[in-house]
Amino acid sequence: MINKAILQLKNLSISFDTPNGEVEAVRNVNLSLQKGEILAIVGESGCGKTVLSQSVLKLLPKTSNIKNGQIFVEGEDITHYKEKKMRNLRGSVLSMVFQDPMTTLNPTIPIGKQITESILKHKRVSREEAKERAIEMLELVGIDDPIYRFNLQPHFFSGGMRQRCVLAIALASDPKILFADEPTTSLDVTVQAKILDLLLDIRDKTGISIVFISHDLGVVARIADKVAVMYAGKVVEMGTAEEVFYDPCHPYTWGLLGALPSSTIEGENLKSIQGMPPVMLDPPPGDAFAVRNEYALKIDYAEMPPMFQITQTHFAATWLLDERAPIVKPPISLKRR
Amino acid sequence: MDSTIILDVRHLQQEFHINKELTIKAIDDVSFTIEKGKIFGLVGETGSGKSTIARTVMGIYPPTNGEVHFKGNMISNKKRFRDNKNYTRRNIQIIFQDSAAALNPRMTVAKIIAEPLKINNIVKGKKELEKKIDSLLLQVGLDSSFKSKYPDEISGGQRQRVAIARCIGMEPDLIIADEPIASLDISIQAQIVTLFQQLQREYGFTFLFIAHDLSIIRFISDTVGVMLHGKMMEMAPTKELFENPLHPYTKALLSAVPVPDPIYERNKEILLYDVASLPVDGDMIEVSPGHFVYQ
Ligand SMILES: Nc1ncnc2c1ncn2[C@@H]1O[C@H](COP(=O)(O)OP(=O)(O)O)[C@@H](O)[C@H]1O
Ligand SMILES: Nc1ncnc2c1ncn2[C@@H]1O[C@H](COP(=O)(O)OP(=O)(O)O)[C@@H](O)[C@H]1O
Ligand SMILES: [Mg+2]
Ligand SMILES: [Mg+2]
Repeated sequence: MINKAILQLKNLSISFDTPNGEVEAVRNVNLSLQKGEILAIVGESGCGKTVLSQSVLKLLPKTSNIKNGQIFVEGEDITHYKEKKMRNLRGSVLSMVFQDPMTTLNPTIPIGKQITESILKHKRVSREEAKERAIEMLELVGIDDPIYRFNLQPHFFSGGMRQRCVLAIALASDPKILFADEPTTSLDVTVQAKILDLLLDIRDKTGISIVFISHDLGVVARIADKVAVMYAGKVVEMGTAEEVFYDPCHPYTWGLLGALPSSTIEGENLKSIQGMPPVMLDPPPGDAFAVRNEYALKIDYAEMPPMFQITQTHFAATWLLDERAPIVKPPISLKRR
Repeated sequence: MDSTIILDVRHLQQEFHINKELTIKAIDDVSFTIEKGKIFGLVGETGSGKSTIARTVMGIYPPTNGEVHFKGNMISNKKRFRDNKNYTRRNIQIIFQDSAAALNPRMTVAKIIAEPLKINNIVKGKKELEKKIDSLLLQVGLDSSFKSKYPDEISGGQRQRVAIARCIGMEPDLIIADEPIASLDISIQAQIVTLFQQLQREYGFTFLFIAHDLSIIRFISDTVGVMLHGKMMEMAPTKELFENPLHPYTKALLSAVPVPDPIYERNKEILLYDVASLPVDGDMIEVSPGHFVYQ
């Protein structure tokens, strides 16, 4: 069968050279994204989500290096692409949105002009055409009165509107894959919900594929087709949204779900995951989550668990899935309502 | 007056004059009370006036109108504003979203916690000070090995715990927590919220707990107030507010809280509230005991 994935990562490992030694930020990651699919990458801060996505865009600093593995975009191996080829790719195929819209926006230039410039940079169109398209983009991302707002600078916009403008810029070049790195984390919940629905709407209209990064599993339930849970640089569980939410298999996923207020029964205490992710300077042998895992087995401290396959689409790296392991049931509060 | 009322905010108004044409009504006729040992959750989206309420209660600026009573004393009196400010400075403590980031990077955890204890003569002698620091660290879930650490050697959640230890060391009658967990990871948020619950249940602290969404409020508050554009929209005991929300804005906020259930989420309709339908001069009407709705 021909591989139809629009993005595929094979055994990808990324590390940084630092004065204190080598930081292993991403370890042996395998992921694939189909056309029109929304993949959510979820995990606590420092688990490698940003490094993973920026490695595809090749936006990491010079101290980083691809230790191992390959990156395929539309079937083409881009692992060793140089900056010139990457610049082309970033304009036509890959695009991104960050948590803080002001990292993308220039505070002194009117929004419309910024979108127009970005279109001119990536597309061979006249200035008039670019301007028309910029107004279309503002409409697409749900900005009312785009012709009037076209000439306003970013400080006239609320946080949610700015993020919409950033989306307009990111989408102006008709990319095939959008990386959205915590795009709603600093927004109010009602605004967050609107941005999530906007992303769904854009996916349905344009068939774009989206990699959506968040530290909050609750946020991704509405939009994710597939979910990859990352811990200490590794993907520890992966599956369809239904599989990961209704049949989570890795204790780390249980922990992330259990910490959410909305999955806790009233009158019970929130169940936080004790401790925090390890520093990736010298990752422990075995399962890096073992020290925080109340279900850890002896072997977790010694040997890295392999990816166990649960269904055609569902995988988890925990020794609990080994046939020799004791049977452990996930906390009941996570059952499908 | 009932002596168990710690904070009594009456018809509070706060206006900011930006220029001749523009005056911002940051707080518009807000009233609520907090009883001793209780947690009042104040919820509203960005710009709804939550921090302005906190700052006005702290005495950072006098209110345009209305009154703030603290333990039975009116502390918003413009004439005695300065005296009151000194009185409240010690008895009302505040924790911010970025309190953790604001810790002095050149001081050890022990020094950070000791500083206000010394300035305010809360403990006498070195020995007692050490004991106090140990017990404060214990109360916030840190062991004494943290004493010699510097802020950048510990995690964000641990820094927030240090900020909380520093604040409860003053033994305040009221703690205002202004979005204290907003910049923390979800997993760490749960840890800090649990800590606040312990401080209330085990040590009897009283809180004004401010948040921008309703999800965490359900676990921590005894009473909830929902704000929009400087006005209180709805106020009720927590269980009542979540089981029987009446104001359409409260319903909209509730519907926007993400639930970790994909099938439910995909089919969930997020309710919208049209701000244009907000009456300009409505009143808080008590629809059932303790349940108020703006109409
Ligand atoms: N430029 C860098 N130099 C050294 N280490 C880095 C650099 N960028 C990220 N890291 C480390 O890589 C790990 C993963 O970081 P990141 O991808 O930003 O996490 P996340 O996005 O999941 O919060 C962290 O341990 C972080 O400290
Ligand atoms: N010192 C000030 N001067 C002028 N306007 C202010 C000042 N403080 C707050 N505001 C305005 O008052 C409103 C409420 O702000 P704030 O209390 O910070 O809201 P919240 O904490 O709910 O996000 C906003 O419109 C804000 O811009
Ligand atoms: Mg990140
Ligand atoms: Mg505020």
